[in-house]
Amino acid sequence: MIPLLFGVSIVIFVVMRILPGDVAAAIASRGAEDEPTQREIEAVRVALNLDRPLVVQYWDWISHAVRLDFGDSLVTGEPVLDDIRRRIPVSVELGIISMLIAWLIALPVGILSAIKQDTWMDYGARSFTMTGVAMPTFWVAVLLILLLSRVFNWLPPLGYVGFFENPADNLKQMIFPALALGWTLSATLARMTRSAMLEVLREDYITTARAKGLREWVVINRHALKNAMIPVITLAGFQVGMLVGGTVLIEQIFTLPGMGRFLITALNVRDFPIIQAIVLLITFAFAAVNLVIDLVYAVLDPRIRYA
Amino acid sequence: MESGAAATISDRLRTTASGLNLVGRQTLRFAKRKPLGAFGGVTLLVMIFLAVFAPVVAVHDPLEINVKDIFHSPSSTYFFGTDNFGRDIFSRIVWGSQISLRVGFASVAIGTTIGSILGLFSGYVGGVFDMVTQRIMDALMAFPGLVLALLVATLLGRGEFNVILAIALITAPNANRVLRSQCLTIKERPYVEAARSVGASGARVLFLHILPNSMAPYLIIATSALGGAILIEASLAFLGFGVPPPTPSWGEMLSGSVLQYARQAWWVAVAPGVAISLSVFGFNVLGDALRDVLDPRLKGAN
Repeated sequence: MIPLLFGVSIVIFVVMRILPGDVAAAIASRGAEDEPTQREIEAVRVALNLDRPLVVQYWDWISHAVRLDFGDSLVTGEPVLDDIRRRIPVSVELGIISMLIAWLIALPVGILSAIKQDTWMDYGARSFTMTGVAMPTFWVAVLLILLLSRVFNWLPPLGYVGFFENPADNLKQMIFPALALGWTLSATLARMTRSAMLEVLREDYITTARAKGLREWVVINRHALKNAMIPVITLAGFQVGMLVGGTVLIEQIFTLPGMGRFLITALNVRDFPIIQAIVLLITFAFAAVNLVIDLVYAVLDPRIRYA
Repeated sequence: MESGAAATISDRLRTTASGLNLVGRQTLRFAKRKPLGAFGGVTLLVMIFLAVFAPVVAVHDPLEINVKDIFHSPSSTYFFGTDNFGRDIFSRIVWGSQISLRVGFASVAIGTTIGSILGLFSGYVGGVFDMVTQRIMDALMAFPGLVLALLVATLLGRGEFNVILAIALITAPNANRVLRSQCLTIKERPYVEAARSVGASGARVLFLHILPNSMAPYLIIATSALGGAILIEASLAFLGFGVPPPTPSWGEMLSGSVLQYARQAWWVAVAPGVAISLSVFGFNVLGDALRDVLDPRLKGAN
């Protein structure tokens, strides 16, 4: 994981530096009336250490980044870390609630669809998952807001309330964004749960369990579901990528002050210390979650051992 | 001499005709076995038709601003209504299919193809080349798709080709993985060994034996990637990082202050979303059906 992150940090850094357009020129002309002179541009370049060799610049950045010092924003001049500290909880909370909602929808739908295979319940569940996979998250969110505003007169609130300031208000703000995101994620999960369950239900040990006279509920829950979860959990790892992309879109629509919205703002003004920091943190979180899933995997399936 | 030439031509015509007939019958069988997949195929054809004949199908100019008809509800003149500039939404949807298809096809053609070729090479050659390629793919896969696309599309600057490149970059690793493992299995088959034992060169084995036998997974991956590519393009456009305006694109039609006016004019938020969902749905089910028919072992590959 460490070599991977190291490689990723190099990729991010190189990609940021080969961008066409001179960052120094862009910063020098910011807020000024006239075109910046060559001398002014040069001054900015030296001030930002952009005149030094790439290797030195990279070392400078990464040696500070591992100590969580991501430098200052080029636009506001404030430390990037301060902003990130305020925004991480928003995105993490949104991500966790969305994932919970996704599992709450996907498990019953997937299981029902498998045990009632080829009935109207199965067809209903499958059309739900197929439309869910095809509908873009942002459209689901737009439709949800429209519905809420027409029927309940609910609008996305303008100010954001933190969870520890006022949990009730905070959850009221989070529930609809999380619902829109969780709904999209649940489609793939439900589909995977169904096919994994169908496969497991054909196994001999299920027949054995039934032959022992176990109640159907126990067979499904204890014997089938536990084994079917193994491939589904792997998929959940891949879904973290979708989840991150989804939070970017959802935060934008519901105007939540999270990391995704921060990234979009920074990309728009090319505030590269912020962009570098966010992308590095996102890939770090992505890799960490996948590591955790690998470990969970070994717990679920004793046949898997990591040396 | 002359009659001989005529005979070969008519022979050739006959084989072409029976060939077409065969394709037709195969298509019909596919439609019967996989009705949903056939629906996906029809969606694809309709989209191509709309994109190619957009100037004829679109009844209005998609860019024409019509101050008198702002937020006109759907009617016989404006099938899907008009937007905040009085532009005809139906015509914008029709023209928007061009962007979706162009970006979708081009990014998959570049990303999936390059990824696949690298995968075949890396499976066949092995060694350092394989290691380096796989580490690069690991690094690409360490980024969530949308984030990588956003990063690349912004840094390269707004433009259609840059969007294509950004999406190509995130479709490559999956194709690479699948084709690499495909190559690794084919490499051990008896017919490859036979070819090698009669002295076929490495290039000959790779291009004449392994490549043709990898076409099925390639087609499947490419079709499934199309739906994803269209979704990412729409997301980029929605966030304001897609193909620059005024070119109509489906994602862009849902972005900006659409939420504000959609409260009065619901239709501005409906048609573009339906268009995106339908086409993604179509490509997904077509990909699934192709997979089931061509290579059932790949089930769950994506």
